[in-house]
Amino acid sequence: MNDFISARKEKLEDFKKNVRKKNTNYEPIDIPDGLFIKCDQCGAAIYEKTLEANHSICPYCEFHFKMGALKRLSLTIDQGSFVEINPQITSSNPLLMQDYEEKLASGKKLSKLNEAFLSGTAQIVGIPCAIGILDSTFMMGSMGSAVGEKVTRLIEHATSKKLPLIIFSASGGARMQEGILSLMQMAKTSAALHYFDQKGLLYISIMTNPTTGGVAASFASLGDINIAEKSSLIGFAGARVIKQTIRQELPEGFQTDAFQLAHGQVDLVVHRKDMRKTLYKLLQLHQGKRDLT
Amino acid sequence: MSDINTAWEKVKLARHPKRPTSQHLIKELFPDFIELHGDRAFGDDEAITCGLGTLNGTVFTIIAEEKGITTEEKIKHNFGMPHPEGYRKAIRLMKQAEKFHRPILCIIDTPGAYPGIGAEERAVRSAIAYNLKTMMGLKTPILVVVLSEGGSGGALAIGVGDHIFMFENSIYAILSPEGFASIIYKDSTKADVAANIMKLTAQDLKTYGVIDTIIEEHEGLHIDPDFGIQSLKKELVKVLKKLSALSEAKLLDHRYQKYRRMGVFIEQGEKSETKST
Repeated sequence: MNDFISARKEKLEDFKKNVRKKNTNYEPIDIPDGLFIKCDQCGAAIYEKTLEANHSICPYCEFHFKMGALKRLSLTIDQGSFVEINPQITSSNPLLMQDYEEKLASGKKLSKLNEAFLSGTAQIVGIPCAIGILDSTFMMGSMGSAVGEKVTRLIEHATSKKLPLIIFSASGGARMQEGILSLMQMAKTSAALHYFDQKGLLYISIMTNPTTGGVAASFASLGDINIAEKSSLIGFAGARVIKQTIRQELPEGFQTDAFQLAHGQVDLVVHRKDMRKTLYKLLQLHQGKRDLT
Repeated sequence: MSDINTAWEKVKLARHPKRPTSQHLIKELFPDFIELHGDRAFGDDEAITCGLGTLNGTVFTIIAEEKGITTEEKIKHNFGMPHPEGYRKAIRLMKQAEKFHRPILCIIDTPGAYPGIGAEERAVRSAIAYNLKTMMGLKTPILVVVLSEGGSGGALAIGVGDHIFMFENSIYAILSPEGFASIIYKDSTKADVAANIMKLTAQDLKTYGVIDTIIEEHEGLHIDPDFGIQSLKKELVKVLKKLSALSEAKLLDHRYQKYRRMGVFIEQGEKSETKST
């Protein structure tokens, strides 16, 4: 083993001396960072602007890249129709967890949001709705007290204004840093949906990549219509935990959107490019009086 | 004794091999207990025992997570880790309780829902979510007892109620201390450190308003189970009397407000402490 390592070292030194030197005659080219992005699924290098123009979908294999809440909002609603609610709600650190505040700060920077959930009212092709979007760039879209409160208030807002409700989920689950308080947000958000239901209003839940844990096991699974976005991972337990528990390999395609559809767990699998159109159609089908006479 | 020892000691007591499980509690509280099986769709999950029984003259619907004590029992009950059909059986019988105006007693004792292929195929996430929403609207009193271990969504799925009791040496948390340590510290052997900061003891949860009443155990349920069970019995009778006096609308509003208050966050620079009254 040691021989192998020293042989590699020698080779590396050789490489540095002979091969690398030859390149130093060239003028350094100014390549901006992140110009090409590698696809997680097929490995293709994609030009950043191409990817962006393509709704962050790989043009070669249709893999849907993760998308922040603001970008998602702009692809979904009528331009200029969004009115945010409750942006002032943010997380505290009830368990005094080390590093939690740093994680919150970096989440704010990455997502350009105060918390992992963006919520408000908007219109989709002229139809008013309440809309909420979890942002996976903010601490994996995890649900602590602040996210739970914002989700609950959005549901209550939709209930009192009699608006259809649309929630895009992207989450690793309940936020560990707030312990049991995060767990209780599952009950709180689901409770609000119980009262929403009683008004006969429509809730469309869209599970995007990934929707797991406590978010999957609460409001994200409670839509009148549950949609899985194409190429999403959806489930309760993480694949690693399941593998460790059962000590078996998991079947191919486990917990994917196709898996959910095959097992009767979602109404639809929708391609990102068709999402706005599909939401519009569903909203339209739920408009007007449902009078049988 | 330092704090680490205290919380960690509780974890160890909660998992003590001699600690009685739900079947013992049911036998003591409901001598006429009759078990009812099945979710009417897929199967019968033995990690959750359901049935009917009389306590102090009132017929209850009982929903209990069962870990088992002997090795054979543990395997039979899957170590108290329910599958989706267990949660579906539970909600089926809770709805039935509503129909017959029976109060519901849920006994929590689980490390969590079982993480397996079948559980995902049959959408344990939907089963849990559906229970959370449905329990919120059941027009009958729901009493919940955390017997030993309340782990994650697998516990909460039968844990939404009007009054939550917790035995003095039981724990209730977002995840096992081992799981929490492996996520936060990337080291599951730091479970003792994790237990200390997780706020998983009955005392901690009472200050957060997550539970309402702590049931004292005297020397501990593993040594003297009767003491704790008798105090629980007295409390159940007392609380049920109070809840039964409420109108359906008041009962449900009280239940909603109880969960609506949970959480600690900042709003416009002001920290909202949401503690129980």
